[in-house]
Amino acid sequence: MSDPTSPPSSEPRDAGSTKLDLGPVGHLGDRLFAGLARGSGGLVVAIVAFVGIFLLALAIPALADNEGNFLFSRTWLPGGEHPEFGIAALFYTTLVSSIIAMAVAVPIAVGVALYITYYAPARLARPVAYVVDLLAAVPSIIYGLWGILFFAPVIQPVSGAISDALGWIPVFNEAPGADRGTVFTAGLVLAIMILPVITAISREIFAQTPVTHREGALALGSTKWEMIRMAVLPYGRSGVVSAAMLGLGRALGETVAVMIILSQPNPIAPWTSSIFAGGETFASKIASSAAELDTPAKTGAFIAAGLVLFVVTFIVNSTARLIVARSGPGNRRPRRTKASKQGAAA
Amino acid sequence: MTTLAANKPAYDGTTLDLTGKSGSRAVRNMLATILISLCFLIAVIPLAWILWTVVSKGYHLVLDANWWSQSQRGITSRRAGGGAYHAIMGSVIMALTCAAIAVPLGVLGAIYLIEYGKGSKAARAVSFMVDILTGVPSIVAALFVYAVWITMLGQNRIGFAVSLSLVLLMMPVVLRSTEEMLKLVPDELREAAYALGVPKWKTILKVVVPTAFGGIVTGVMLGLARVIGETAPLLILVGYSKVINLNPFEGFMGALPTMINNDRGDMALPSAADRVWSTALTLILLVLALNLIARLIARFSTIKSK
Repeated sequence: MSDPTSPPSSEPRDAGSTKLDLGPVGHLGDRLFAGLARGSGGLVVAIVAFVGIFLLALAIPALADNEGNFLFSRTWLPGGEHPEFGIAALFYTTLVSSIIAMAVAVPIAVGVALYITYYAPARLARPVAYVVDLLAAVPSIIYGLWGILFFAPVIQPVSGAISDALGWIPVFNEAPGADRGTVFTAGLVLAIMILPVITAISREIFAQTPVTHREGALALGSTKWEMIRMAVLPYGRSGVVSAAMLGLGRALGETVAVMIILSQPNPIAPWTSSIFAGGETFASKIASSAAELDTPAKTGAFIAAGLVLFVVTFIVNSTARLIVARSGPGNRRPRRTKASKQGAAA
Repeated sequence: MTTLAANKPAYDGTTLDLTGKSGSRAVRNMLATILISLCFLIAVIPLAWILWTVVSKGYHLVLDANWWSQSQRGITSRRAGGGAYHAIMGSVIMALTCAAIAVPLGVLGAIYLIEYGKGSKAARAVSFMVDILTGVPSIVAALFVYAVWITMLGQNRIGFAVSLSLVLLMMPVVLRSTEEMLKLVPDELREAAYALGVPKWKTILKVVVPTAFGGIVTGVMLGLARVIGETAPLLILVGYSKVINLNPFEGFMGALPTMINNDRGDMALPSAADRVWSTALTLILLVLALNLIARLIARFSTIKSK
């Protein structure tokens, strides 16, 4: 500001990428502010890296002392002279409950998204979308309470019927002495919780189907459903897949609702693969063991489990983002092409 | 022409019936309409059910003035009485402490993405990491803070530790919504400011950010709504206290989710059950209020582009 004699734009910084960098570069304020903004951007990257590094740093000593097989053992006895812990059972329950949630939530979410974009009366579409979004506003501890006290009793006959019909498959086997807090119930509640995420993204993508595609289909004489099947669904497929992946990421990491619903299995009872038994997921195990985080060895074991959860959700979420980035829809906001054209010309 | 006509299969009357009266196609269309509308109903039932449960079981304590002004000090789960003041204040204080850190970081990060790093490799890396951070489970954020704050630095379990972990959850929300709003600010405004000789940082602070202000506040409200209902960080980073503690840097702190958690073991007792549902209702009211404010601000302050 106070230095008008500074040479105008002495350093053309990364020409092409900045669109309007006209200010003289000498301003202290400019440099400070740019530094702050860059710092915040860098901090985001640093935080994600730090999460991985710190969890790893604390997990390694515990893993080194582990006398069991971390990946394939089901026992969880991290304390004591001979710590022994493995994540096999946690992994199984986490995965199975999330798969149930996906199997239920994805078709319904796609249906709701189609309803909002193409079926609901135009005046209702906005409020209807808002109502579905409200599902995301309910805190997860309330889902947990409602799930175990009100939803589980209603769902019990359903799980009974399923195990009667398909009980010969071990997964649907009726678990002896199981109460209401089953993996199946937890999966259904998870489905409700991830529904708004999947719906919101699918809705946005369905709404972007080019009018020409839709009108073309209708002009060929297709019914509304045929138009959706031939024009809307193929166009939105990759978007729906990535929306489902984001929902999966949410389901894998959901903590408190699952912790309240799932009944902890008896440690001496034989393990069962049945979805009509209790269990523990990574997140619910860590949260319910908050009081046990006392010695470094035990804490390390839980942090190792948390690290696995972090890595799994990282993979799931980044896959979802890559699908979006690769295939366009969802990212299809009108880009300002002026800047990029200028960049190409320069 | 003749060959084309010869190749064409005989018209079988079903594949291309344009009259709209074809039975199976019309039925399928109707079936799809019914199924899709049904999907919406299925999605709404749990919402209505949850809201009904919480409101019908929790409304009477919430209507009591004591609920908003007293703590649970000295009240066992067997006894009725007391209020949620300590938990409401705890939740609000932890969320506001979190916002004090997350909002500047989020807004500055968005300014970096839009104003400084646009299109560069570094900006794309940051943008990708924001997406990843959005998907980090709250329990992992809490464990990370536990690893740094308690295991490595040897600090105590206090409200501030919770706020730190909530920053990881709130910052990406603020950053994304700010970014969306900054994108909408017309370039003409920036150009006009530059043409008048205003330096870039002042243009951003005095022209770009005020133009996008409504959207930024919306993002902050949505971020607050997200973190105020989080339970996992509270469970491992701070103990629950029934006593009013307004200092996030010392001692245990009450919060609405942990207040629910504290009483839910005694749901068989009517006094505890009442408290649980009233706390749940208070929490939902708080989250809904934040969401509503966000919607209202968003509605009245959209940037009119062109």
